[in-house]
Amino acid sequence: MTDSEQKFELTVEKLCIRAGGSLLVENASLDLRSGELAVLLGPNGAGKTSLLRGILGLAPTATGSVRLQGRAFGEFNPQQRARRLSYLPQRRPLAWPSPVRDVVSLGRYAWGCAPGRLGAEDLGAVNAALAACDLLAMAERSTDTLSGGELARVHCARAFATEAPLLFADEPVASLDPRHRFRIMQLIRDHVSTGAGALVVLHDVSLAARFADRLIWMKEGRITADGPPTQTLTESRMAEIYQVQADINGNHVEITNPLP
Amino acid sequence: MSLRPLLIPALLLASLIALFGALLLGSTPMEASRVLAALAGMADATDVTVVWQVRLPRALAAFAVGLALGGSGAALQGLLRNPLAEPGVLGVSASASLGATFALYYGFFSVSAWLVPVAAVAGALLATMLIAAAAMRTSSVVTLILIGVGLSSFAGAAMSLLMNLAPNPFSLSDMINWMLGSVANRGFPDIVFAAPFIAAGLTILYAGRRGLTALTLGDEAAAGIGLDLRRQRLLVVAGAGLATGGAVALAGAIGFVGIVAPHIVRPLVDHDPARSLIPSALLAGLILVLADIGVRLLPTEFELKLGVVAALIGAPAFVWIAMQRRTISAEQG
Repeated sequence: MTDSEQKFELTVEKLCIRAGGSLLVENASLDLRSGELAVLLGPNGAGKTSLLRGILGLAPTATGSVRLQGRAFGEFNPQQRARRLSYLPQRRPLAWPSPVRDVVSLGRYAWGCAPGRLGAEDLGAVNAALAACDLLAMAERSTDTLSGGELARVHCARAFATEAPLLFADEPVASLDPRHRFRIMQLIRDHVSTGAGALVVLHDVSLAARFADRLIWMKEGRITADGPPTQTLTESRMAEIYQVQADINGNHVEITNPLP
Repeated sequence: MSLRPLLIPALLLASLIALFGALLLGSTPMEASRVLAALAGMADATDVTVVWQVRLPRALAAFAVGLALGGSGAALQGLLRNPLAEPGVLGVSASASLGATFALYYGFFSVSAWLVPVAAVAGALLATMLIAAAAMRTSSVVTLILIGVGLSSFAGAAMSLLMNLAPNPFSLSDMINWMLGSVANRGFPDIVFAAPFIAAGLTILYAGRRGLTALTLGDEAAAGIGLDLRRQRLLVVAGAGLATGGAVALAGAIGFVGIVAPHIVRPLVDHDPARSLIPSALLAGLILVLADIGVRLLPTEFELKLGVVAALIGAPAFVWIAMQRRTISAEQG
C-alpha cells in the first residue's frame, strides 16, 4: 500500500444535509485518521447513511466543510475521491452474474482499469484483496452461486482492492449470521491494521464495542457523542440513543427492555 | 475462457463471409467468380449494377443497422442493468420512425436529405432521455418496459395520424416499411446519410463502455468507485439515440435484434457489459445480414420485411429471456 505510509486525516465540520423542509444531518463534525476504526451508531433514520453520503460528495444538498489532508474534498474529481476513500454502500446489488474476480477488479476502477484490463500493480492489489478475504479458491466462480456470507466478503474485497487510505462501510454485516458478522468485522480490523482508516455503520452495539477504537453516536441528525467504547458506551447513552434499557458489562451489551 | 480473444475476429470473419454470401445469393444466384469480377468492375454492365447498386448496398445497410441496434441494445442493457432493454422494446425505434416519417412526408426531405436522419435521431434522443429519466426514478424493469410500450403505441398512432394528414402522397406499404423495417431498395446514398450518425453513436458508446461495467454494482457503489453517473447516462443516451436514429432512418424500426445479440454474447464475455459491446454489435449485424438473405431467398409472392423476420425470431426470444429472469428473481426471494 503506497499511500498508507503517509498519515491521512479526514476532517468534517458543520456538515448539514437538507431534504425537503427537514435536516437529515445537522452540524455534524468529526474526524477520521488512518489506522483507526470508528463505528457510527444510531437508530434507523438517525442520518448515518446521509452523513456518509454527504462526506463522500454524493448528497447534492450537503453544506459544510469536508477536508482531506487540509484540502477540500470537493476539489477532487470523482476518480480522485474514489482513490482516497472507498465506499461500501448499504445496498449492494449485482446486476449480472459476473465472476468474483471481475467484481473485485472494479475496486481498481478509479485507477483507470476495467476487468480483464489490469496492470501489474492492479493485479497485485486484486489478488491481495482476494487473499485477504479468503476468496482465491472461488475467484473464477460466478457471484450468483455464492452464499450471503461469501458475497459480503466479495464486496469487502472490492472495497479493499482500491487500496484507498480511508474506507466507509454502511452496514457491512447486515443480514449475516453471527460468525460472518464477526468475520467481516475482523477483515475490516485487519484492513485497518495495514494503515487504513475506517468508518463503519453498525446496528450491533456489542460487535461495535468489540472492534471499534471509537464510537460515534448519532440521533435525529446530530452527533451526540464521540469517543472510545469504554467512555461512551453507557446505560444512559443506550437509553438516550436507542430508547432501550440495557445492561452493560465491558463490551457486552444486553438489551433488557424497550423504554416507553 | 481461452476462446474469448477469438470472439471478435470470429464474428468479423463470419460477417465478411455473410456479406459476400449476400452478393452471391438472390433471385438470380451468381457464382463467386462473377461477383468478384463485378466487384472489380470487370464484368458485364448488368452484373456490375446488380452487385454495386442492389446487393452490396442492401447487405451493407443490413449490417450497419445491426451494428447500431446491437451496440445500442448492449449499452442500454448495461445502463439500465437489465437484459430486456433494447431500442425497440423501449420505444426508441418507434419514436425515431415517427421523426423520420414526419421529415419525409412533410416536405423537409426536399429541403435537405440530411433532415430525415436528423429527425429520426431527434426522435430517438427524446425517447432515450425519457427512458433514462424514468430509470432514475424507478428501478422497476416492468415500469420501464411499460413506458416503452406506451412510447411505441403513441409513436405508431402519431405516425398514422401524420400520414393521413400528410401533404405528400404515401402508400400503406410506406408506413409498414417504417414500422416493421426493411432494407430493400437501399442504395449507397441512403447509407451515406445514416452512417455518420451510426458511427458517431457507436463511438460515443464505445468511449463510455468502462462505466457500464462499473454500473454492475448499482448506481450508489458505481459512484463510490469513481463513476460520474450524470456523464455516463448522458453518454449512453446520446450514443444509443444517435446510433438508433441513424439505423431507423436507414431501415425503419427493426426490433428485438438488440436483445438477442447481447443475450448470446453475454455468457461468452463473463457478463461484462463493456466487453459485450463490440461482439453484440457485430453479431447483430451478422444476424441481420443473414436474415436479409433469408428474406430475399424465401419464395413468397411479396418479399417479407426484414423487421418481420427479426421479430419472428426475436419476440419469442424476448419472452423466453423475460421468463428466465422471473425464475431467477423468485429464487433470490
